[in-house]
Amino acid sequence: MTASNYDEIMQLLCDRLGSLTASDIQITPESNLIGQLSIDSIKLLNLIMEIEDTFDISVPINALADVQTVRDLVDLIYKIKSSS
Amino acid sequence: MNLLEKLDAAAAARKALLPNGVGAFGIPIEEVYSATEARIGHRRVLLLGTNNYLGLTFAPECLEAAHEAIDEEGTGTTGSRMANGSYFGHRALEKEFADFYQCSSGMVFTTGYQANLGTISGLVGRGDTVLIDGDSHASIYDGCILSGADIIRFKHNDMVDMEKRLCRLGERTQTTLIIAEGIYSMLGDQAPLAEIVKLKNKYNCTLLLDEAHSLGVLGETGQGLVEKTGLLKEVDFITGTFSKSLCSIGGFCVSNHSQLEQLRYVSHPYIFTASPSPATIASTRAALKLLSGGTELRDQLWKNSNQLYTKLEETGYTLGPEPGPVIAAIVDNPQQALALWQGLLDHDIYVNLILPPAAPEGKSLVRCSVNAAHTIEQMDYVGSIFAKLKQEIFK
Repeated sequence: MTASNYDEIMQLLCDRLGSLTASDIQITPESNLIGQLSIDSIKLLNLIMEIEDTFDISVPINALADVQTVRDLVDLIYKIKSSS
Repeated sequence: MNLLEKLDAAAAARKALLPNGVGAFGIPIEEVYSATEARIGHRRVLLLGTNNYLGLTFAPECLEAAHEAIDEEGTGTTGSRMANGSYFGHRALEKEFADFYQCSSGMVFTTGYQANLGTISGLVGRGDTVLIDGDSHASIYDGCILSGADIIRFKHNDMVDMEKRLCRLGERTQTTLIIAEGIYSMLGDQAPLAEIVKLKNKYNCTLLLDEAHSLGVLGETGQGLVEKTGLLKEVDFITGTFSKSLCSIGGFCVSNHSQLEQLRYVSHPYIFTASPSPATIASTRAALKLLSGGTELRDQLWKNSNQLYTKLEETGYTLGPEPGPVIAAIVDNPQQALALWQGLLDHDIYVNLILPPAAPEGKSLVRCSVNAAHTIEQMDYVGSIFAKLKQEIFK
């Protein structure tokens, strides 16, 4: 994995989150998934399944305990993808 | 935001969903008249939102057994199974469950929730994996979280999706526990057990099936989905609850793996809680005999279920994918669901209201649970009120 992969993951995730949130909300790496983007637990779990399929990885949902922001989620995906 | 303000925020969100103080959740039941009728407020209502599938809550055999147990052994055990809480009845019930499922071992837990928590967290731990259906009950999710194992979800009842996720696990499938349910509580549909077993064997996993809603409902003797599909011997661990068809409270796990016994020494939800009361154990033992003793109650349950499912389907409601005692009308938004729920209550019918995010795919559910004690006339009445409300609410 390279830095550009990281950026690609970030872009892809921001695009996907854009379709799950209100159109007037600006999504940044520091956006809080629950507090600012209103991604509830079920939406997040379903998003994780999509991410698994997109990147062909396994993302254990218990790993989400430390995920609060968009950047946290990208870090997690990048870490799993890098070690797979 | 401090801790209490967080709770205020959650309360505000709940109020936004349920305006005017409507008490759809935790509604007080003032008096219970029978397995099918109770009083809510000043109304005598038809109970169509309980898990009393065989209608045994007032079965004379269960009442008598519970009374005798209280007289002879007192109101509670006041201790855990590990200490002073293993009476003759607890051990006898474990043997009876093991025999019922033709298994070598059985364990009794204090609640059905704890049966899943205790079994799952005893079987898997850090470094292991659990592969669970996306629509799994909260007790399964919580048991997995407690275990520390990696939790992977597959799309509800989607075997292509499940295999895709198994493939990604590689060699880790050997330490993977697959978990499915006989009947899913939200939509009332059954797991595709034959296909799950095929994948379990192909990838060398272990399989746990929760028969909470299917015990007493499916199979010739009421074992559940394992009996209906003839796959009893293919399932490694079976869990279930006493609080549905058996009409008390508690849970169990049975298995032909001798290692089940080790759970008594490692499973915190089993160890660190008081054991079920003598009356609970006694009425459960009596109910298990009734459940397995004939098909009459099951036949009546299915007759009622099929009648109501057909009626609601003909009326134009969108329902779960197959008939069964759990019949969920799937509604697009919470406001319509609330109107339907309230409309039914105004006509003296109590059902369950399920709103997002608890309901699948952002929908809302008005869920009926049919039981064997309901009459054909009661089912007719419920069907007619659903039809009337369809015209009024979904114009």
